[in-house]
Amino acid sequence: MKIKLTVQPGTTDQVKTGHWREIHYPIIDHEKCIGCDLCAKICPEGICFPTSKKNSQGKIFYENDLDYCKGCSLCAEICPVKCITMKEEFK
Amino acid sequence: MLKILEGSRAIAETINACKPGVISAYPITPQTHIVEELAKMKADGEAGYEYIRAESEFAAASIVLGSLATGIRSYTATSSQGLLLMTEVIYNIAGMRLPLVMTCANRAVSAPINIWNDQQDAVTMRDSGWLLWFGETNQEVCDLHILAYKIAEKLQLPVMVNLDGFILTHVVEPVAVETTEKIKKFLPAYQPTEILDVNNPLTLGAFATPTHYFEIREELHDDIVASKAVMKKEMADFKKIFSRDLALVEYYGDKKAETVLVAMGSVLGTIKDAVDEIQENNKTKKQKNKIGVLKIVSLRPWPEEEILTALKDAKNIAVIDKSISLGTEGILATEIKRTIGDSKNITSFIVGLGGRDVTKEMIKHIYKLADKNQEKAVFVSK
Amino acid sequence: MPQDIKTKYKSPLSHLLNPGHTACAGCGMIVAARLVLDAAGPNTIVTNATGCSEVTTTQYPMTSYKQPWIHSLFENPAAVASGILAALKVKGLADKINVIAIGGDGATFDIGLVHISGMWERGENILYVCYDNEAYQNTGYQSSGATPLAAATSTTPAGNKSWGSDLPKKDMIRIALAHNLPYVATATTGYPLDIIAKTKKALSIKGPKYLQIYTPCVPGWGIEPKDTLSTSQLAVQSGFYPIVEYVNGELIKAQKITKKVPVENFLKLQKRFKHLFKSPEGQKEIAKIQALAEKNIRDFNLL
Repeated sequence: MKIKLTVQPGTTDQVKTGHWREIHYPIIDHEKCIGCDLCAKICPEGICFPTSKKNSQGKIFYENDLDYCKGCSLCAEICPVKCITMKEEFK
Repeated sequence: MLKILEGSRAIAETINACKPGVISAYPITPQTHIVEELAKMKADGEAGYEYIRAESEFAAASIVLGSLATGIRSYTATSSQGLLLMTEVIYNIAGMRLPLVMTCANRAVSAPINIWNDQQDAVTMRDSGWLLWFGETNQEVCDLHILAYKIAEKLQLPVMVNLDGFILTHVVEPVAVETTEKIKKFLPAYQPTEILDVNNPLTLGAFATPTHYFEIREELHDDIVASKAVMKKEMADFKKIFSRDLALVEYYGDKKAETVLVAMGSVLGTIKDAVDEIQENNKTKKQKNKIGVLKIVSLRPWPEEEILTALKDAKNIAVIDKSISLGTEGILATEIKRTIGDSKNITSFIVGLGGRDVTKEMIKHIYKLADKNQEKAVFVSK
Repeated sequence: MPQDIKTKYKSPLSHLLNPGHTACAGCGMIVAARLVLDAAGPNTIVTNATGCSEVTTTQYPMTSYKQPWIHSLFENPAAVASGILAALKVKGLADKINVIAIGGDGATFDIGLVHISGMWERGENILYVCYDNEAYQNTGYQSSGATPLAAATSTTPAGNKSWGSDLPKKDMIRIALAHNLPYVATATTGYPLDIIAKTKKALSIKGPKYLQIYTPCVPGWGIEPKDTLSTSQLAVQSGFYPIVEYVNGELIKAQKITKKVPVENFLKLQKRFKHLFKSPEGQKEIAKIQALAEKNIRDFNLL
């Protein structure tokens, strides 16, 4: 048996699904962000994440990895302080 | 140690001696005694395995699929409808290259419902990617199980060891049941690496697109073909340790026979007795027609070269099947015809369906018909 | 890439389900799957039924999963989980590693039910998670036992003589409770923190557990990706899908409706219920669905 049937963990990360995004991408107003982590919880791709950067309130703010973002808007929908807006993307 | 045991008990003791970690089973006649004995051994503290009572054969096969994928030697047994119910898992286990050893106590397939022996259940799994072996006696069946673990785990191929339901499972006869100590000399511990393990979190059972599926299936085929050579080597090692012969095929009778009867399983006992009488009778009558018997132990891998060699001098070949590919002929007959070609008289004889007795007289009748070059399957019912 | 993004952020990919999977934008199932797997942690073995959670994540030779994960067949993740647990017992690891079986509503309510029942009856320490999107969405939106009344699916289409599915949803929660499970709960992507809390609670309890997560299916329900959140919240706020939690057979919590809405608000966001809004007769069907919601509100005291 030469062909390995098992697969190494997490390897779909090489598939950048960002090109699926047809219309909108999220823009985060870092100053408004309260760091509640809900965008990270709801993101279907799991690519909304806390950065190591802080805003002027000293809160660690969140960002998206647009290499994977499919533009679903769930982060904007769930944000309790509405600091995420979906912006039209012109390619 | 030579013991006088029911076939099912002998198999159960052999399995216990092979030290599987997980057994899961569901009752079905005539396999039931095997799993009952294994449950009893567990209840009596004579066994260390986890025994999981399943809600169906489909579940039993899926449970041992899970335990094998987690790296533990496993076992299940079934018959007939149970095997058919398992079918989807049977294919899955082979495709996932999990080394399950399973006993099939061969029984007819419904409808009409019938609990007695034939081999329709097992041959239906011919194309599933399993190695399919058929024992003639309970000793051979027990020995094949020990070999089965060795081959399965070495090659990552599942093995189904078949024995005729009731005829072997329920017969009491002397069997040398091997001890764990001796088996360990032949069968090393099962230590796979590509398993479900939190320290090496692999994905098993990924879906393959047309880009990959073809080569994966091709390799499964290649590995089944190649398993024959490994079996031959392991059979030789088996003999060194246990002093008993195992073979892919076994020839009985006159080496230069014009007529050879080919079969699988316990019916070979009757065939050999009948052949002895035919031979004796031919001698008395000063007839020169010689007769031989070819026993096929391994339906998969298919021992092509061994069969070609064994049937080299035969003119008439009578293939005796206890199963049929409805609408054509016996499945063993088809296989033999593909191997031999049309240079000889090869006839498919169907016997013993649904537990119909196969007598020496019927074998003698088959012998008489063997040179008639009949293209259609011949049903010999009495 | 947009011109106005000055900094390109790279996700640390710290979840146990990596991106690069092919789930639809806004997929409820994949949100639930990731939350459950993250909550369970790396010391977990997962067995998954055939379906979207398998096919979108594990295209050979890649996988999104970072825990040991196995897919065998459509109907058998529960039985495979039993085998995994048995093997862990042999290895002396059964108390150290979580075993989770995951299936969609087709795998759970229909084709795999007997094996879930068998696993539960054996009392095994396994968490079964059903992501319930109310149809065989992976094969093109066919009706399952979980499909609700009047939903149009590709096998219960709406037409001149049909209001869609003529059967109410099978009550899988009561089936689970009938097996005397120590933990039975529902949750939904509308309330992600609840999924995490319930997964952790379930795994803290020894024995068989059932968690049924309501997960909108963007193409199957005919919703906008962004409405995965609102539809699943409206399902709860209308009483259509009660979020409940049972411990040892006792209802210990039902999520209260904070702002009651008519089921119409939930239904009208979805194409699968569109036919109900085309004629006055459709109102009668909506009234039947409202009645089911009202029954839920009474039964679970949701107000």
